[in-house]
Amino acid sequence: MTTIESHKVATDSGVGVSAQRPDAIPKVTGEFVFSSDLSSQNMLWGRTLRSPHSSARIRNIDYSEALAISGVHAILTATDVPGKNLFGLDHPDQPVLADDIVRYAGEPIAIVAAEHPEIAAKAIGAINVDFEILTPLVDSEIAITAEPIHPEGNVIRHLEIDYGDPNASGEVIVEGTYEVGMQDQAFMGTESGMAVPSSDGSVDLFISTQWLHSDRNQIIEALDLPEDMVRLTLAGVGGAFGGREDVSMHVHLCMLALHTGRPVKMVYDRNESFLGHVHRHPAKIWYRHHANRDGRIVKVEGKIILDGGAYASTTSAVLANACCFSTGPYNVANAQIEGWGVRTNNPPCGAMRGFGNVQTCFAIEAQMDKVATALNVDPIELRLRNALKTGDKIITGQTITGAAPVKEVITSLAGHPMPEPAEDNLLARPGGTGRTSDQKHIKRGIGFAVSIKNLMFAEGFDDSSEALCRVNDGAVAIHTACVEVGQGFVTLVQQIAEEVLGISDIEIIPADTSIGSAGSTSASRQTWMSGGAVLKACEAVVKNLTEQIEREEGVKFQNIDGTLVSEDGATTIPIEEALRGRSLEEKVVHHHAPTFPLNEKGQGNAHVSFAFAAHRAVVDVDQELGLVRVIEIATSQDVGRILNPLQAVGQIEGGIAQGLGLAVLEELIMKDGVIQNANFTDYLLPTALDTPPIEIASLIEEPEPGAPFGAKGIGEPPTISSTPAIVAAIRDATGLDLRRVPVRPEDIALE
Amino acid sequence: MSDITEPHLMVNGTKFTIDDSWLGESLLYTLREQLGLYGSKNACEQGECGSCSIMFDEALVCSCLVLTGNAVGREIQTIESLAPDGSLSDIQQAFVDVGAIQCGFCTPGLLVTIKDFLESNAEPTDLEIREAISGNLCRCTGYGRIVEAVRVASKASEGTEETLNDND
Amino acid sequence: MEVLVASSTEEICELLTQDHRRQLLAGGTDFMVEVNYRHRSPSSVIAIDRVPELRNWRHDGDSVLIGSCVTYREIERGPLATLVPALAQAARTVGSPQIRNAGTIGGNIGTASPAGDMIPVLSALGATISLMSSEGKREVSLEDLIIGVKKTSLRESEFIESIRVPVLEGPQEFLKVGSRSAMVISVTSLAFITYPKTQSVGIGLGAVNPTPTRARRAEEFIHDYLDWDKMAVDPSVLVRFKELVSDASSPIDDHRSVASYRRHSVGVLAQRALTRVFSEGEFNV
Repeated sequence: MTTIESHKVATDSGVGVSAQRPDAIPKVTGEFVFSSDLSSQNMLWGRTLRSPHSSARIRNIDYSEALAISGVHAILTATDVPGKNLFGLDHPDQPVLADDIVRYAGEPIAIVAAEHPEIAAKAIGAINVDFEILTPLVDSEIAITAEPIHPEGNVIRHLEIDYGDPNASGEVIVEGTYEVGMQDQAFMGTESGMAVPSSDGSVDLFISTQWLHSDRNQIIEALDLPEDMVRLTLAGVGGAFGGREDVSMHVHLCMLALHTGRPVKMVYDRNESFLGHVHRHPAKIWYRHHANRDGRIVKVEGKIILDGGAYASTTSAVLANACCFSTGPYNVANAQIEGWGVRTNNPPCGAMRGFGNVQTCFAIEAQMDKVATALNVDPIELRLRNALKTGDKIITGQTITGAAPVKEVITSLAGHPMPEPAEDNLLARPGGTGRTSDQKHIKRGIGFAVSIKNLMFAEGFDDSSEALCRVNDGAVAIHTACVEVGQGFVTLVQQIAEEVLGISDIEIIPADTSIGSAGSTSASRQTWMSGGAVLKACEAVVKNLTEQIEREEGVKFQNIDGTLVSEDGATTIPIEEALRGRSLEEKVVHHHAPTFPLNEKGQGNAHVSFAFAAHRAVVDVDQELGLVRVIEIATSQDVGRILNPLQAVGQIEGGIAQGLGLAVLEELIMKDGVIQNANFTDYLLPTALDTPPIEIASLIEEPEPGAPFGAKGIGEPPTISSTPAIVAAIRDATGLDLRRVPVRPEDIALE
Repeated sequence: MSDITEPHLMVNGTKFTIDDSWLGESLLYTLREQLGLYGSKNACEQGECGSCSIMFDEALVCSCLVLTGNAVGREIQTIESLAPDGSLSDIQQAFVDVGAIQCGFCTPGLLVTIKDFLESNAEPTDLEIREAISGNLCRCTGYGRIVEAVRVASKASEGTEETLNDND
Repeated sequence: MEVLVASSTEEICELLTQDHRRQLLAGGTDFMVEVNYRHRSPSSVIAIDRVPELRNWRHDGDSVLIGSCVTYREIERGPLATLVPALAQAARTVGSPQIRNAGTIGGNIGTASPAGDMIPVLSALGATISLMSSEGKREVSLEDLIIGVKKTSLRESEFIESIRVPVLEGPQEFLKVGSRSAMVISVTSLAFITYPKTQSVGIGLGAVNPTPTRARRAEEFIHDYLDWDKMAVDPSVLVRFKELVSDASSPIDDHRSVASYRRHSVGVLAQRALTRVFSEGEFNV
């Protein structure tokens, strides 16, 4: 059986340098094992029957014909779920397998295990479900007061923020409504995994995910098994971006494996992947800004509706983010914000990189440009005048105590040189090889936007992380359950160990549930939380080591830059030398500072830390055809401290590409709740020709208090203000209002 | 007429006997699940992502769009052939050195594509590189480091130092 | 699945005569997508992409005869690109390098998608398609071959053998609108072919009608406003010209675009193609 192997790699760099990824070589040779590459003797293939209808009652399921197909070993439905037929990332509100009702197109109804994936597919096709088709609820505004489509009701969360003086007003008032379409994470490695049953009724699950322990906790409820009977090991992950935070095939695989007594592998194809995970919440946002002629924003009123789709997932937290940061990275004295996360028969929505901040940032930055116009103030100047700084409060009443170099982020970017004029090249024009546009058809525009993102989980959630540092006869191994999705955490582990222990030869034990939770790989939190846990575990080892040596030598020692120096200065031992021949082990749990829930006025110290970024987009637009080409995106970002420059650049460039996708390319098109473009032919991800060179104007390193190494999370800010910067640039080139993303050719050409 | 008797596939210079029942599979599936060559990836099975790219009779194609039965008698080169004796090719090394790998799922397809591209265009411009890899989707990197890796491998650039100096 | 690899056109005829339900596989870029997603499960397939006659093309007087299994890559580059530039321009916009290496002109025609990129060019070129079976060969126009959305008039046991198009006579243009810079299905496309010898133009429309369409009224209309000596066009008729092209389209709303945009953009493409070839102003009746 192909196993998940420990990575044992040499590195000679500590924190702050571009250390090489430990998994780089297997990834370039094709040997790296992704969850879809798993294989086992005696393995069966699983497949899922999904509802084609967005709202229907299930009258009957007849799988007798399917079960009779040679090579089919199991067909399971809701009645076969051993424990609770409910799961959910926030709380259990979603069936493992649909019972008597389906609430979204794509909802799982039955699962099959067969000898060959083609047989499994044939079996799925032979299952007869008798549906009573119902009229789907697909309008998020109507959903608020419509007949509930779920026992918990249609309002997943309603949130109000009442900050400052509700009667405050400004000399100038600017109103606008905005819309954000449904984006998809579209990670390259589709959902896949393998469950291996044991004869004692326990099961091992090898899976791509973002949070092993959250998955495990939901699986044991559904299987009615104790914790130690369900063991998860992380299999190679082909990207995540929020789309793997929820359970997808996990329970299904375990059920099939335990039922058949054989290992079961499942791989979603691309079409099924679109159906099989949550998406970014579409949003409808209304704002009314009040400003004075001195350029200060006096009050912001806002209403936000997020379409959460059929099941809750993380809608509650996404809404909180959208609302808490609905006024942007600006010091706003008064705010009245109301938000709803609603349930509809559209596909469920949940985490996607940016997590609520993306939607409101698009709208708020559009408003800021409008306010600037109304005040006859330069848009960048307006942002500078209102920029948050350390010591200011956000609209939840929380004071920013950490680094908040918003002004520096803005000015460093504003001062960055514009791109050099380039020679005309067909490949760089709107339309590209489609040869639609000549120079005379093209106008250039420039746009600017700024964003705020909270780091780590909020509202009182203690998303801690556990790490183990083990020294075995001088060889160092580090173990966390931190999921590596591509972001480079595995590199950081090496760098931290090198930094603290001076050892370049580290074994990274595969992430699994035999160690405590690392929390989710999301919310830009893993460097701070799991990096912090690893740091503490290594430091604990050094402390333990020091105490051992002190006992042996009979004299006190100090750790000076990785060398243990005796009080009398007579003895110096580099830590890596001191560890030779010794065996020690330290396990620590790292917590961030506590946070608190929001009260009924949306007030509370709900967040740990904040990160800021600004983006400047240069676009060429062929207005007559509505075609856009993004020429350059420049950025400045508040990073605390750069721990690995190349990996930081990778996160920034990758995040900006996703922001570009939302601005001009990506949308899941829905018709009565059914996705019309669940494939890569028509869900358009940016290609290398769509994504421009990224200019990093400045990475502001103002160390964040309380953050390990002073480093802030980097992953999400690039996806947030990149989108509104691009749309602002299109507005600049065309003079059009553009209230919706993604901007489509007809939005420009037919106005 | 040549019908298939004793079907076999020539993959990376090695002859693999295949079963009749595999003829109707996509070559991608056969390579992976039958021959255990998991390097080529399946991210769409529609020819829209390039993660399954292989060399097929010296032409770059998507293996998901090749019928195994029509691959008999053809020369197949997969990602596994890029570093046959363990030492990385220039482009593989460049990917490692310039941070062009994040999750790595798109990486094998890109490497096969780029190797083929550089053989016919040794000193490409950035736009030529981008057009050459426009059939390979990457969701993690935004392509910046990948284009840089091609530059480095083609030796047409001044190297990676320039990029890092631009930060701050 | 039975997979038979043909090595000559005679073989294909024979195999189809034996069983007309056998499906033909050339580049697989449409066929295999359907197989992979189980929309098509043929029991017997004839692979034809190794048949030399189908892989070749030749310059035959004032026309080019292109074997149905010539790939987009071969059309995009090399000598064919000089002989039929609009076809090469169109080929370059298809899919990706991987797709272009495998996909074929015959496949594009046989799939008969309204958005097929070869189709507006072949239409504007007045292409004739040679169909072959064990009964012999027959030539049909593209319009007579593609009769509906993804529907051809191919008879049982018949296959596309070759395509005949005129060699470049005067300037040619192909323009394609898509939402992405690469690897995109046509939202609208247009081919503009000039025939200086007859002082006429051919305008083929793509992705805006269920079947191959020429904007014939626009072609006739513009005839009176072109100065072939100066290669100029009367600018005062450009708006009318655009309208006539748009009127020749009957596009739909779908998940890729809306009818109103398609109507508008196909007219714009026509104007642009026209004014690339014929300069505005300097026009004397």
